[in-house]
Amino acid sequence: MHPAFSVIFLTTLIGAGQGLFLALFTVESYAAFGLLPPQASGFYAIGSAMAVLLMALGLVASFFHLGRPERAWRAAAQWRTSWLSREVIVLPAFTGAAFLYGVAHWSGVNPVLATLPSGTPVNITAMLGVAGTVLAFALYICTGMIYACLKFLREWHTPLTVINYILLGGASGFTLAAALAGHFAPEVMPVLAGWALIITLLGLVGRTASLFRNARLKPKSTLQTAIGIKHPKIVQKTMGLMGGSFNTREFFHGRSAAWLRGVKWLFLLAAFAVPAGLLAVGLSRSAGSALTLAFVIQYLGLMAERWFFFAQANHPQNLYYQSVA
Amino acid sequence: MTQLALVIDLNVCVGCHACVTNCKEWNTFGAAGPMVDQNPYGKDPTGTFFNRVQTFEVGEFPNTETVHFPKSCLHCEEPPCVPVCPTGASYKRKEDGIVLVDYDKCIGCKYCSWACPYGAREIDEQQKVMKKCTLCVDRIYDATMTAEERRPACVRACPTSARLFGDIHDPDSEVSQAIREAGGYQLMPEWGTSPANHYLPRRKTKLRIREDELERADNPLKIDQQLPKPGKAEPSLDDVTSW
Amino acid sequence: MTQQSVQEVKNTTCYMCACRCGIRVHLRDGEVRYIDGNPDHPLNKGVICAKGSSGIMKQYSPARLTKPLRRKAGAERGAGEFEPISWEEAFSVLAERLGKIRATDPKKFALFTGRDQMQALTGLFARQFGTPNYAAHGGFCSVNMAAGMIYTIGGSFWEFGGPDLDRAKLFVMIGTAEDHHSNPLKIALAKFKRDGGRFVSINPVRTGYSAIADEWVPIRPGTDGAFLLAVIHEIIQKGLYDRDFLVQYSNAGELVNCDETSDEFGMFLRTEVPEEEACYDPQDKLWWDRTTNRPVVTHAEGADPFLRGEFEINGTKVKPSFQLLMERVQDYTPEWAEGVTGIPAGTIRRLAYEMGVTARDQRIELPIAWTDSWGKEHDTVTGNPVAFHAMRGLAAHSNGFQTIRALGILMSLLGTIDRPGGFRHKVPFPRPIPPCARTPNHPNAVQPNKPLDGMALGWPADPDDLFVDDEGKPVRIDKGFSWEYPLSVHGLMHNVITNAWRGDPYKIDTLLIFMANMAWNSTMNAVEVRKMLNDKDENGDYKIPFIVVADAFQSEMTAFADLILPDTTYLERHDVMSILDRPISEFDGPVDSVRIPVVPPTGECKPFQEVLIELGSRLKLPAFTTKDGQRKYRDYPDFIVNYETEPGSGIGFLAGWRGKGGEKQLRGEPNPNQWEMYAKNNCVFHYELPKSYQYMRNWNQGYLEWSQRNRITRYAEPILINIYSEVLMRFRQAAQGKGFSKKPPAHLAKRVETFFDPLPFYYDTLEAQVSDKHKYPLAAITQRPMAMYHSWDSQNAWLRQIHAHNLLYVNAHTARVHGIEDGDWIWVESQWGKVKCMAKHSEAVEPGTVWTWNAIGKAAGAWGLAPDANESQRGFLLNHLISEELPACERGSERRVSNSDPITGQAAWYDVRVRIYKVGAGEAASVSQTTEPQFAPLKPYPGQTERKSIWNYFAGAKK
Repeated sequence: MHPAFSVIFLTTLIGAGQGLFLALFTVESYAAFGLLPPQASGFYAIGSAMAVLLMALGLVASFFHLGRPERAWRAAAQWRTSWLSREVIVLPAFTGAAFLYGVAHWSGVNPVLATLPSGTPVNITAMLGVAGTVLAFALYICTGMIYACLKFLREWHTPLTVINYILLGGASGFTLAAALAGHFAPEVMPVLAGWALIITLLGLVGRTASLFRNARLKPKSTLQTAIGIKHPKIVQKTMGLMGGSFNTREFFHGRSAAWLRGVKWLFLLAAFAVPAGLLAVGLSRSAGSALTLAFVIQYLGLMAERWFFFAQANHPQNLYYQSVA
Repeated sequence: MTQLALVIDLNVCVGCHACVTNCKEWNTFGAAGPMVDQNPYGKDPTGTFFNRVQTFEVGEFPNTETVHFPKSCLHCEEPPCVPVCPTGASYKRKEDGIVLVDYDKCIGCKYCSWACPYGAREIDEQQKVMKKCTLCVDRIYDATMTAEERRPACVRACPTSARLFGDIHDPDSEVSQAIREAGGYQLMPEWGTSPANHYLPRRKTKLRIREDELERADNPLKIDQQLPKPGKAEPSLDDVTSW
Repeated sequence: MTQQSVQEVKNTTCYMCACRCGIRVHLRDGEVRYIDGNPDHPLNKGVICAKGSSGIMKQYSPARLTKPLRRKAGAERGAGEFEPISWEEAFSVLAERLGKIRATDPKKFALFTGRDQMQALTGLFARQFGTPNYAAHGGFCSVNMAAGMIYTIGGSFWEFGGPDLDRAKLFVMIGTAEDHHSNPLKIALAKFKRDGGRFVSINPVRTGYSAIADEWVPIRPGTDGAFLLAVIHEIIQKGLYDRDFLVQYSNAGELVNCDETSDEFGMFLRTEVPEEEACYDPQDKLWWDRTTNRPVVTHAEGADPFLRGEFEINGTKVKPSFQLLMERVQDYTPEWAEGVTGIPAGTIRRLAYEMGVTARDQRIELPIAWTDSWGKEHDTVTGNPVAFHAMRGLAAHSNGFQTIRALGILMSLLGTIDRPGGFRHKVPFPRPIPPCARTPNHPNAVQPNKPLDGMALGWPADPDDLFVDDEGKPVRIDKGFSWEYPLSVHGLMHNVITNAWRGDPYKIDTLLIFMANMAWNSTMNAVEVRKMLNDKDENGDYKIPFIVVADAFQSEMTAFADLILPDTTYLERHDVMSILDRPISEFDGPVDSVRIPVVPPTGECKPFQEVLIELGSRLKLPAFTTKDGQRKYRDYPDFIVNYETEPGSGIGFLAGWRGKGGEKQLRGEPNPNQWEMYAKNNCVFHYELPKSYQYMRNWNQGYLEWSQRNRITRYAEPILINIYSEVLMRFRQAAQGKGFSKKPPAHLAKRVETFFDPLPFYYDTLEAQVSDKHKYPLAAITQRPMAMYHSWDSQNAWLRQIHAHNLLYVNAHTARVHGIEDGDWIWVESQWGKVKCMAKHSEAVEPGTVWTWNAIGKAAGAWGLAPDANESQRGFLLNHLISEELPACERGSERRVSNSDPITGQAAWYDVRVRIYKVGAGEAASVSQTTEPQFAPLKPYPGQTERKSIWNYFAGAKK
């Protein structure tokens, strides 16, 4: 597939936004159970604002993907069948929850709505946090399923796709949260950095698993099934057009195999190894700048990862578009 | 239930591209149009087409088959492009099985094209909506046309009548018979899309000449044969031996 | 669609190729909205091809010329610097110049036309002008196919006849490009295959029609003759020929003088028979009768000739011509042919048996009664269902004429001429062998202010028919009908520019080219020919002083014009597809058709016919002027209605709806409403012959007399198939110094003697004879893509998306041997030039052949394309590798002859031999990813519309 930058930005930005929110609520939950000291509302508000900003940027990026963005509202119509439609619904819902969560923290209007039998108070931010968490996971699933549901894009058609969207989004979100904590809530920084490190390493495992899986995939479609002729040697001589078409632009990355390998190693380093190292450093030395750097590098690494994610997917339609003459 | 479809006979397709340009011609001015052409007179001209003819070489010299292969939307019975559409612009008509795009609803997200294993959809880079073969839905029901004309443009144009059109759910239709009798098959059956369009394979006529057909009673050489007739005086065995 | 938009449908005839299908043009608000095939047209029956469907893009192409243009003073030819002028100015310049030429030496004006479908009119104009220098494109297209077959069976393929696939069981296609007879052949092929017929294609390349063949037989280019002769060998050896057919309908049994000392050696023996009036081919030859064992006049009652043997008449050794054929093919064994053609001997043998056995055992009897030329009545028409089709693959070689003679003879041996399931003629064919038209035979036929005394093109029957002066030198600028190319029945357009530039045989003043890209794909040696067009003498004057080009599009050729006359497209004009021209008849009877404008001319475009009629009127050419010197025809439609070949002849350009009220067919007085009647009838006239006239027409008394009554032919005698060609022998005889006819100049005697063999023989092509086959091991040929016609369609926005540039197809194994990978940039080099292009591996090409699509490569900026368009930057032209001339074969001579068949002057496009090698790493050329050679880009001319970069064409008012 041709990696479109709109979609790369969309998925990486919202992934980080969701992860950031999950990190914030993790801190609040820990605090509610007394596992961490309570934090000033400013931390949550700034974090939420950052999450909403990421979501908004992602949304903006997504519009660049649409031919007719003015009709984008129509995309909510087919939630019964379309994961894309579901994403279109869940994305603003989650963003809204994150926004309200931030507003509640920022305004201080946070009455206790109930009390758990254990005596833990359940206030509005907790409710919003739970809702946001559910929506964040729903959104990860929607995003992942957009790709994972396409059965003939076999590189994507695996639970690993959804898992990795969760892990990679979560990793970048937690890293960002840790970096933010470095500035605004140093006490929780180690916990967040620790989680970020764990999720990053899990992400590495998940992504490596999918790399291994994809490397072993045997194409189900072949020229033989594509044109229905059972002969071991079939070569396309012409695709019937010479100046290119949508089919040659949308489904081919147009880069060499060496370039692809380069990007793979780049993202393995930038999205996982380097951030993991920096997170470890941040964790041990309480170095906020290392964490900021970790996030920046990890985000860039994830962009490379997403580029690779698209580029590696080999669409069966490409069998019909092999030769110009 | 009706399922309209094309049946494409690879046995007679000579790869002339008549279906390609006649389709473009009809549709660029029809309900689907205009269909843009970019750089029409410059470098790498490219445009929106619903139908392409591709060429494959099968086998190695001298046992090579050159196969011309027309490809357009296959109007799958289980179209993977339809459920993924977020707006409902991509839909399959219940009444005749044609898969269509509602150009007023399409947001140009291209997701349906990702969901099509056949590469049958092309976005119109100017109107920014997804387009594809409509089976000439704006012809086949046009009551102002004659029955002959109420067929897809590609079918009418095809000089070798390599394109049949009809209802594959009607067992007595021309297309169903052709599929049955000539071994019609579907593309990429591995995905369970159940394409409505079918392809008919190459069929070979061979001739076997048997040896006895060459030893002929009607061999005209015999008629013209002038066997030598020696004169009686010429030497013969009679002159040298009496046994 | 808005309710207001006005929709109309108009019938006319397509001209996106030469096929001439009936089309319906749908207009919306006067703009072309859709073009589909006319279901009521006999030719295409409603279908249409890729080109026909893209007619809209031709109509609105930015390559359209819209104004008369004059080369700017001081601008070089080829630079494409023009200024618009008015038609009046263009006409007055032309009329003055041509008037002077006509008053002094009419041959200084040369008119050569491309595939124009109006040769009846252009030929008439040239003849009326008085110049012998006229021809259309046939000489560089497929004249061998016309001449080789017509000199053998009196008809040929395509316009003249074709395979009856409706009834054939075995169809053998050999050397056929995709375009010819495009839609009808596609329709017939599909039906044939569906009916279970067996289709064998013999071709170096498997594309197009060959793709659907049941068997592809790859053959080396130029060796078809060897294959056909080996098949003939097998057919004869196994006795699979149709003896009865040969006896009755060919000259197989006629006795040939075999006394080498005789002046009549090689000629038929003749007897004295009372001469019939106006007899073309007196039946005065002899058979050796089997029953009486003595010579008799052919077709004598009850006689049956020996086809084999050797006899003596009055001490003269004689043999039936069939015996001579047998002797000729004696050594042409399949094993021999295998070495020449690359086809295994077993395959050749098998194919011969398939043909022979199918012809003998699948015989068709149709219950159609007919009477033969000897008065014998037949209850049935018999057919041997083996059909052939052949075209330029055979023709465009310097051995093509004899190859095609071999094909004609093979078809005759199988008994398939004008019979069901075999080859069928189309009216006005068959013609006598050869047809009656003659050129003048002396330069004094060219006189100031007088029409040419004879036809510019004709069919020589003996050396006295040649158009040469007393020393045997050519009269025509192209040296047609001279001893160099005696049977050049379509002229040699491909040598006109070179000859005129060199002044050999003489210099000319004005060259008018209509619709032919003679500075590019229609010329050999394009690089040098472009220089010749621009070359000046020592006085600084152009060697070809004045060049006029009439065309609808900005092409490479128009750039070299001094004056450009913008032609219309086919949708903008009246036209006739006349029986006087290349006809479009069906097997079952004559057909002609018309074009009627569906849209008004663009800009100031004027149909070329109108230009000719205007010029003819201004020059006061007799056919275009009344007795009192006034203009005779208002315009072209008026000319078509009222012109008669002779006053009162009743024969005009159109055969339908003649007579005052349109009640007559074929012949009749002019009908003022003829155009309207064509318009009402799908623009086509189709006369269906009675069934009994539809077959065996060479010898069908009813048909021949019908044809004579309708003045389609002057003679109604049987047209016997020339297994043995006495016509050719007459030329050989002259070359041997025998007989009383004209004699060739000494330096050409050997050439004529060698090639004018009365029986077909195989020889290496002339180019191969002067080539080092080890240095240039590969044959290079072109194929026509079905979606394009010649150079016409690169300006077509839709078609050029299918073929934007061309690559050189190389057999994958051959390529690897040369170290060439798929997609590599390579040099292709012949002894005449080299081009750089990209290689494409293929398994569908014979290993000794490389090929590419014809005429897709363009010069930068031509045809309305951007200078960086694929056609010029990645496309290439094979023509740069092909020389228009070859060194003459005789040793030590500086002379050059046309790279053509020595009999017909057919351009030998497909003879070229090349080598290929990868563009080297150190070469500067390897840096640029463009083909070579390149030329300075052409600029658009005044009046061309701007190139759109994005086009959403939508006819009429937007919805």
